[in-house]
Amino acid sequence: MLDDKYHVDRAVGTMQDNKITAKNVQVFYGETHAIKDVNVAISDKTVTAFIGPSGCGKSTFLRCLNRMNDTIDICRVTGDIHIDGEDIYDPRVDPVQLRAKVGMVFQKPNPFPKSIYDNVAYGPKIHGLAKTKSDLDEIVESSLSKAALWNEAKDRLHEAGTGMSGGQQQRLCIARAIATAPEVLLMDEPCSALDPIATAQVEELIDELRQSFSVVIVTHSMQQAARVSQKTAFFHLGNLVEFDDTDKIFTNPQDPRTESYISGRIG
Amino acid sequence: MPAIWIIAIVLVIASAGYFFARRRAFASAGSDPRQLHSLPVYYGANAAIAAAGPALLVLLVWAIAQPLLVNSALTQYLPADIAADEGARSLAMADVNRIAGGLDAAVAQGAMTENDAQTLNVETTDVRAMLASVGVALGADVDAQTLALAQRYRAATAFGNMLRVVTIVGLALVGAAIAYKLTNKDFRARRYVEGAIKLMLIAAASVAVLTTVGIVLSLVFNTIEFFKAFPAKDFFFGTRWEPSFSGRGGHSDLGFLPLIWGTLFISLIALIVAVPVGLFAAIYLSEYASPRVRAFAKPMVEVLAGVPTIVYGLFALLTVGPLLLNAFGANGVFQLGWMSGGTAAITAGLVMGFMLIPFVSSLSDDIINAVPQSMRDGSLGLGATHSETVRQVILPAALPGIVGAVLLAASRAIGETMIVVMGAGAAAALSMNPFDAMTTVTAKIVSQLTGDGEFNSPETLVAFALGMTLFVITLALNILALYIVRKYREQYE
Repeated sequence: MLDDKYHVDRAVGTMQDNKITAKNVQVFYGETHAIKDVNVAISDKTVTAFIGPSGCGKSTFLRCLNRMNDTIDICRVTGDIHIDGEDIYDPRVDPVQLRAKVGMVFQKPNPFPKSIYDNVAYGPKIHGLAKTKSDLDEIVESSLSKAALWNEAKDRLHEAGTGMSGGQQQRLCIARAIATAPEVLLMDEPCSALDPIATAQVEELIDELRQSFSVVIVTHSMQQAARVSQKTAFFHLGNLVEFDDTDKIFTNPQDPRTESYISGRIG
Repeated sequence: MPAIWIIAIVLVIASAGYFFARRRAFASAGSDPRQLHSLPVYYGANAAIAAAGPALLVLLVWAIAQPLLVNSALTQYLPADIAADEGARSLAMADVNRIAGGLDAAVAQGAMTENDAQTLNVETTDVRAMLASVGVALGADVDAQTLALAQRYRAATAFGNMLRVVTIVGLALVGAAIAYKLTNKDFRARRYVEGAIKLMLIAAASVAVLTTVGIVLSLVFNTIEFFKAFPAKDFFFGTRWEPSFSGRGGHSDLGFLPLIWGTLFISLIALIVAVPVGLFAAIYLSEYASPRVRAFAKPMVEVLAGVPTIVYGLFALLTVGPLLLNAFGANGVFQLGWMSGGTAAITAGLVMGFMLIPFVSSLSDDIINAVPQSMRDGSLGLGATHSETVRQVILPAALPGIVGAVLLAASRAIGETMIVVMGAGAAAALSMNPFDAMTTVTAKIVSQLTGDGEFNSPETLVAFALGMTLFVITLALNILALYIVRKYREQYE
């Protein structure tokens, strides 16, 4: 498949090398200290889940990884975040280029008010990934297939993306993110607006995406974290409390706060 | 008794009704508010509305109806030849009203007693001099018949006023009494009060609708008059606008085409200026400007919207016109000789465009801000640049609203008068050259109506036909704008 050609040749390296490393990351919203001294190393080709109670900073930290926080005027980030050994907060790094490499799926499905085809083709067109119309057609088809949406969408490619159901819209947003051939996919509570069936479809999809990308997912549901992730990070009040293999976090947490949270006593 | 006193009495009755009905409701529930169907305040409000609502409504109708009735009743006492002619009749009645008003003033100032006023006689008193002494100047001596009619008028009005007091105070008392009688703990006062509030809101909404209807009707009748006197074909398809001065006879060409051409041409120039500038300003303010710049710049742009159009007219006449003439005139910088005077379509169009900039930018700014932040995040998250996001996501999402804003701006441009009168000249010309003087429908309505021509000549009545046509055009534009906005709205959530 064509998309394999796009993604496979980028995924050189061993399974466990660190894709993203964050050191001493601090985030301030105006006077508020939202993220306090977070250190984390995220591996390639794994699903990493960020869990924690609301307002603990997990979404904020996720948005540091593709510099989406730059769009918020009062937000200030310090510390080092390296992706593939490159400091993404280096002044020479163009956030626009970075975001093409680090795709993002948001909490609420946000398809553009365009056709399904144009939604998926948006990224490739902007980044000039397709030379010809048929190239573009192939990217759209393979992205929709990867997002498990092709069968439902192939007969209505030129209808509005906003006319789909919530679950389909979220998978369309995933297809849209995949289409730009990212290396990392950030997902900010991608299932919180979906029903259980759509959630199951998206979770299955996340598991498949692990073949090609490093996936970081923020979730409120501990069951979801347990189901889809290999690594889990627990955030509490802006601190990274614990970061380890998912199995270990859920069966044998080291920190009493983690234990309280996963057993439902705090959060 | 003057109306203000009647209103005061009605309000006193309403307050009393409020107080007593509330107390009665309490008493009927054994002083336990939980036994009442509605909150006590609703029982009081119900009584107050029952007292004041109908009474004040009748007072309003009475104020309009009484003078009409008195006038029509007095018409029968006029000589038959005067009563038959509409103009003479209204002149005679105006005299009567004026003398009656003078007598009122004289009584009020103590120059004569009420009895003197009713028995006044032209044989024994110089009424004109007498009224002049209390500050009412009359154009001619008063004849016996007019004085008699004025005295009748005063008698009828006094009687009507007395009847008014009795009716309205009675109505207020009856309303309060009925509401008081109905008040007990099971009476559903809340529903009646809610009903009254709804009626009041409906009445407010109707005023706007009825005004539109009234405007249309006042135009329609005069427009029909005009088309009786002037062939519709020559009006709609005539290419010459050359009204003769009425009273001197002669043929008038009242062709509509040169005027509507000027209107559309100048409006087009205005939109060519206003739409890009306004839209770009809106994009800058809503997407790029920092909050501090925005807090300062948005009000500054909107100051432009508060400038009266006559000031824009002065700007066109004194600044823009001479500047353009300097550039494009025969002795101008470029030696082009395109322009022969400061007043031209382009002068008015440019200035009108400046006027419309805040209009377009303010509406577009609201519309762009209404595009959800999630659209911007989605696009930026895919690695699009800021301007790609604006061009490919935000503007398409906001486009229906922006089209609506442009059409609203167009209908303002078409209706604009002052800038055209001062900036575009007065010649009705079917010209393609923007540097020629032109005129518009609105400017010609002003000049046709403010002349000293007879009111019922086609040269004057044409103003109504022009107004009607313009009304239809702007109405159609507004409906189109609403339709577009509604049809494409909610493409995003």
